[in-house]
Amino acid sequence: MKDKILQAIDKNSKITALDLARMFNTTEEEVAKCIAEMEADKIICGYPTLINWEKAGNEVVTALIEVKVTPQRGLGFDKIAERIYRFEEVTSVYLMSGGFDLTVIIEGKSMREVANFVSAKLAPMEAVLSCATHFVLKKYKEQGIALAEEVKDDERILILA
Amino acid sequence: MRDPLNSKIKKIKPSGIRKFFDIVSEMKDAISLGVGEPDFETPWHIREEGIYSLEKGRTHYTSNAGLTELRAEICNYLKRRFNLEYNSKTEVLVTIGGSEAIDAALRVMVDPGDEVIIPEPSYVSYLPCAVLADAKPVKIELKAENDFRLTKQELLDAITEKSKILILPFPNNPTGSIMERKDLEEIAEVIREKDLYVISDEIYSELTYGEKNHVSIAEIEGMKERTIVINGFSKSYAMTGWRMGYAVGPECIIKQMTKAHQFAIMCAPTTSQHAAVEALKNGDPDVEVMRAEYDRRRQYLMSRLSEMKLPCFTPYGAFYVFPCIKEFGMTSEEFATKFLQEEKVALVPGTAFGDAGEGFMRISYAYSLEKLKEAFDRLERFVNKLRNEK
Repeated sequence: MKDKILQAIDKNSKITALDLARMFNTTEEEVAKCIAEMEADKIICGYPTLINWEKAGNEVVTALIEVKVTPQRGLGFDKIAERIYRFEEVTSVYLMSGGFDLTVIIEGKSMREVANFVSAKLAPMEAVLSCATHFVLKKYKEQGIALAEEVKDDERILILA
Repeated sequence: MRDPLNSKIKKIKPSGIRKFFDIVSEMKDAISLGVGEPDFETPWHIREEGIYSLEKGRTHYTSNAGLTELRAEICNYLKRRFNLEYNSKTEVLVTIGGSEAIDAALRVMVDPGDEVIIPEPSYVSYLPCAVLADAKPVKIELKAENDFRLTKQELLDAITEKSKILILPFPNNPTGSIMERKDLEEIAEVIREKDLYVISDEIYSELTYGEKNHVSIAEIEGMKERTIVINGFSKSYAMTGWRMGYAVGPECIIKQMTKAHQFAIMCAPTTSQHAAVEALKNGDPDVEVMRAEYDRRRQYLMSRLSEMKLPCFTPYGAFYVFPCIKEFGMTSEEFATKFLQEEKVALVPGTAFGDAGEGFMRISYAYSLEKLKEAFDRLERFVNKLRNEK
C-alpha cells in the first residue's frame, strides 16, 4: 500500500487521501495512516511546490558550487556537509565522486548576495579547501518537470477508436 | 448519369454518433471522456528514434512485410510477453495500424456469403470490413451478466454451416472486458470442432489490470494454426498517430495478406517502423508506467461509480468503464445528449458499438485524474438529479 501511495503522489502531492483511497480500494483513514507513518519515518520528507519564480516576476539567482573539503576523522564528510546545509540559502548539498567533494546549490536574490555567501560564509570555513561557483543562466527542467513548456490543449479529436 | 457507387458501400450506415461529436466539438467548455486513444505522448526515446531515422535519411520504402529487424523484434516480444512463437520471416506482416490488418485478414479469408461472427459491443470497424469483404456479418450480443465475455453457448448459437471466422475483440473496446484462459479454452473447443478461424484483435493486450495478464487465444492448444493475431503500438506505447500495427499467423494466410498489403499499401511508414523497433527494444518500462497510471484511474472511477450506485461490472482491460444506465428509462443516446446539455460532459453511448450496447455508456479513462474527477462530480450530480425527478 505504501509503495502504491508513493507512486501515485510522486508527481502530484495534491491528491487527497480520499481520492487515493478510491484508487486503491481502501479507506481514507488507512491512507492517512500510511502517509502519517511515512512522514514520521522521513520517507516522505516534505511537500514543496515547484515554482517558476522568474515567471512570477521574482528575481532569483541560482548557483552551483563545486566545493573541495577536508574530511574529518571519524565523521567523514557529514559534519562539514551539515555545517553547510544548515544555511538557509543552501537548497541542496550532495556528496560527489570525482574531482571535487560537495555540490552545493544555493539560491539568492542577486548575484551579489550569492557572491557574499560564498566569500563570507562558505570559503572561509576551515575544512573548505576551494570553491568553484557556477551561476545558472536558465532553468529548463527541474524535478522531472519541463519549466518552459506551454500547457497544451487536448489535441485528440473525437473519432470512434 | 449512372450511380457512381456500388451497392456494398451504400449498405454501410455512417456512424450515427457523428452529429453528437460535432455538438461536443463546438461546445467550448465541455469535458469529453470520449476518445479512444491514450492521453500520454509517445515516450521521447521512441520519438527520438523516429527523428534519428529521418536524419539518417531512412526515407525509402521498406520490404512489403516490414523491416526485417522490426519483424524479428515483434516475434521476440510476442514470445516474451505472451508465449507465442512465430517465424519472423514468414509469419509476420507489419501494417498501418491494427485496422489495416483486420481489413486485410478479412479480405483474404472470406468468400462471398461466408459468415463472420462478430461479438458486440465491439470496435466499429469489424462489421463494415466484413461487408466490404463480401462476408455476411453475424452478431453475437454479449451480456453484462457474463461480464461481456463470450461464452461457449453464445458462440454455438451463432454458428451455421456458413460460419468461417470468429472475430475475437479482447481486451474489449468499449466494455473493458477480458477473456481469461478458462474462457478461451471453452470457446476454443467449439472453434476447433466447428472448424472456424479466429481473427483475434489484441490491440489492448498490454492494458490489463489486477494481475490478470492477457492470454492470447493463439496460445491455446490447437488454436495457433487457425488464428490471426492482430496487435500494434497505438494503445500500448501511446503511438496512435504513427499508424503501426501487425498481424501474425499461419504462413499461408500471412502470405496472402502480404499480397493484399503489397498492392494496396506497399509498406507501412518507414519512420514509424524505426520508432517501433525502439519501442519493442526499450519500451517495456514505459508501458509499465502507463499501465499503473491507467489502473489507478480505473479503480478511482470504479469507486466513484459504486459511491453513486451506478452499476458497472469490473473491467480488467483496455481503458474504459462501461456503466449501466437502464434505471433512468432512457436510451444511451438520450442519456448522452441530456448529460452533455446539462453538465457539459461527453460520454459515448454504448450503442455506438452495436445494439448490444443499449443501456450502457462508454467512459474512457485516457484522461488526467483532475479531468476525471471533475467529470465524475458532474455525473454524480446529474445522476442524483435524475433520481430525484423520478
